[in-house]
Amino acid sequence: MKQKFDIIISSCIPLPLDNVDTDQIIPARFLKSTDKNGFGQNLFRDWRFDKEGNPIKDFVLNNPLYSGCILVVGKNFGSGSSREHAAWALAGYGFRVVISSFFADIHRNNELNNFILPVTVSENFLETLFKDIREDSRTQVRVDLPNQRVTNMKSLQSEHFEIDPYKKHCLMNGLDDIDFLLQNKDKTEQWEKMNSSMEE
Amino acid sequence: MNTLFDKIWDRHVVQKVTDGPEQLYIDRMYCHEVTSPQAFEGLRQRGLRCFRPEKIVCMPDHNIPTVGQDKPIEDAVSRCQVETLKRNAEEFGLTHYDMFSKDNGIIHVVGPETGLSLPGMTIVCGDSHTSTHGALGAVAFGIGTSEVEMVMASQCILQQKPKSMRITIDGCLGEGVSAKDVALFLMARLTTGGATGYFVEYAGQVVRDMSMESRLTLCNLSIEMGARGGLIAPDEKTFSYLKDRKHSPKGKEWTDAVEYWRTLKSDCDAVFDKEVRFDGSEIDPFVTYGTNPGMGISIGETIPLLEDVDRNEHDSFTKALDYMGLVPGRKMLGLKIDYVFLGACTNGRIEDFRAFASIVEGRKKSDGVTAWLVPGSWAVDRQIRDEGLDIILAKAGFEIRQPGCSACLAMNGDKVPAGKYAVSTSNRNFEGRQGPGARTILASPMTAAAAAVTGVITDPRTLLRGFQG
Repeated sequence: MKQKFDIIISSCIPLPLDNVDTDQIIPARFLKSTDKNGFGQNLFRDWRFDKEGNPIKDFVLNNPLYSGCILVVGKNFGSGSSREHAAWALAGYGFRVVISSFFADIHRNNELNNFILPVTVSENFLETLFKDIREDSRTQVRVDLPNQRVTNMKSLQSEHFEIDPYKKHCLMNGLDDIDFLLQNKDKTEQWEKMNSSMEE
Repeated sequence: MNTLFDKIWDRHVVQKVTDGPEQLYIDRMYCHEVTSPQAFEGLRQRGLRCFRPEKIVCMPDHNIPTVGQDKPIEDAVSRCQVETLKRNAEEFGLTHYDMFSKDNGIIHVVGPETGLSLPGMTIVCGDSHTSTHGALGAVAFGIGTSEVEMVMASQCILQQKPKSMRITIDGCLGEGVSAKDVALFLMARLTTGGATGYFVEYAGQVVRDMSMESRLTLCNLSIEMGARGGLIAPDEKTFSYLKDRKHSPKGKEWTDAVEYWRTLKSDCDAVFDKEVRFDGSEIDPFVTYGTNPGMGISIGETIPLLEDVDRNEHDSFTKALDYMGLVPGRKMLGLKIDYVFLGACTNGRIEDFRAFASIVEGRKKSDGVTAWLVPGSWAVDRQIRDEGLDIILAKAGFEIRQPGCSACLAMNGDKVPAGKYAVSTSNRNFEGRQGPGARTILASPMTAAAAAVTGVITDPRTLLRGFQG
């Protein structure tokens, strides 16, 4: 999962719906695994497959016109349950970037912790991108993490996006938070000593 | 100058990472069986032990069946997950309340009622409803599994400090209106993303007047507005709720603790990044009609018309109503329902069972309704029986099941069939949440009780004693 991040250019898979919650990304009945593998095949399960397990033609993941490692979604993506399985499902399916105008907090962290880059863009950028993809399914987007720029390669609309410098460093170097925290155990122990009066 | 949230958060900052998040010390972590196995596996792969095992408490709750808990779980995959938690807890030396323990229940019910969660603490769990514990005056929030692994490895987590929001609810609530209605009202007003990026403090007369159980319900639902957590300044009610609980401090430690807890309130001149204010007397019993918790209306209102909905949300709105089998402009009152679920970390406490019983007492469950009444913990179950609520409920045709998360997310056998309407006291009405195709209507315990005895969505106030129609 620790795939180093730099510049990604890809066509997109559009899902122009708001408030897509993590129960839709991966329904609860698929959370029973005790490892991180195999969630990709159940990504958006109940929108993607019918009761018999046959692909639902209208759903975008089943439409051969669309492909790529960038998911483009409506606002408030990943609301609801904290399940990191949602991020494992996105990563397992092959997504490396999610573009939206607004992300739910916990899910956004979960994406970052799984080396998926959540890119927050303006409503206008998102609308134009949806329109361009609708008109031409091969529309590509360039995501440049070092320079924090996202570019719609059809309209050439380009925007700066925000990311915590620490997280950017982690993504570009394949590091995670545990590496950092383990290196800082002495500071944690110092804090514990200073705050021992607070202990139960 | 400081908010209550600042006081607790800042005290737990070990260090600020340059140009980055803060390293926050965690006083208590809870683990359940669904979001922990990959974290334990991560520790094994790195050859690590838990840094502070005494601060971590594990209990299975999501997969637990609500009948026949004395027998092994039938579903092999659920059983494997529950047994994996037990094995992991043993291997890493953590406290574990297994399914057969009389201490078991839903983590967010057990934590407060045993005094494992206390004012001033930082509390996390791989579960978004960890916000519940904020009702005690703690900074409590849900995290992902990678973050669970971080806390196991270091007792710390790296987080950006959220912004602060105060929601003040003045006045007082009318009869038949509960904390659940307040929360559903707030979600409808603020939307499901309205508090994203914020940590909420609830204040005002309505909140001060609330019992601890009601406050737990209110804080539980903070995440449904997108907030990372919600908290309430601890007061005499909090202290008397916690006194003599199993894990609460005792003797001098108690006195010292209470002295510290009394300082846990926002300063008069504290500045919040955002403030909103509502009048409690304007809140009615609330129900949802759509597929996110923000799609709610006062029980007597009609579902919005398409033209009243933001143009950008037309597709989501139409998709939600199609799924629910409802149409714009119709009333929720009188809608025939099939299932009723009382329980979950939202409404599985003693007060919720009292409220439900107060409505169904002397009445009968409607024949067409299947009702699941699931206490949030064995302690709640014992209190139901001590108070004789089980007899009132049995006379009205309701049986009490065994504790667990149950139909809130249907990971056990308690699934609502496709196309059926369930009035549920849980926290989420997402598509498929209570089973594939299930149609969830979120409501308070009293509204659920009113639906259970009439078979249709009914204003619970019309069933209160002394109601003049």
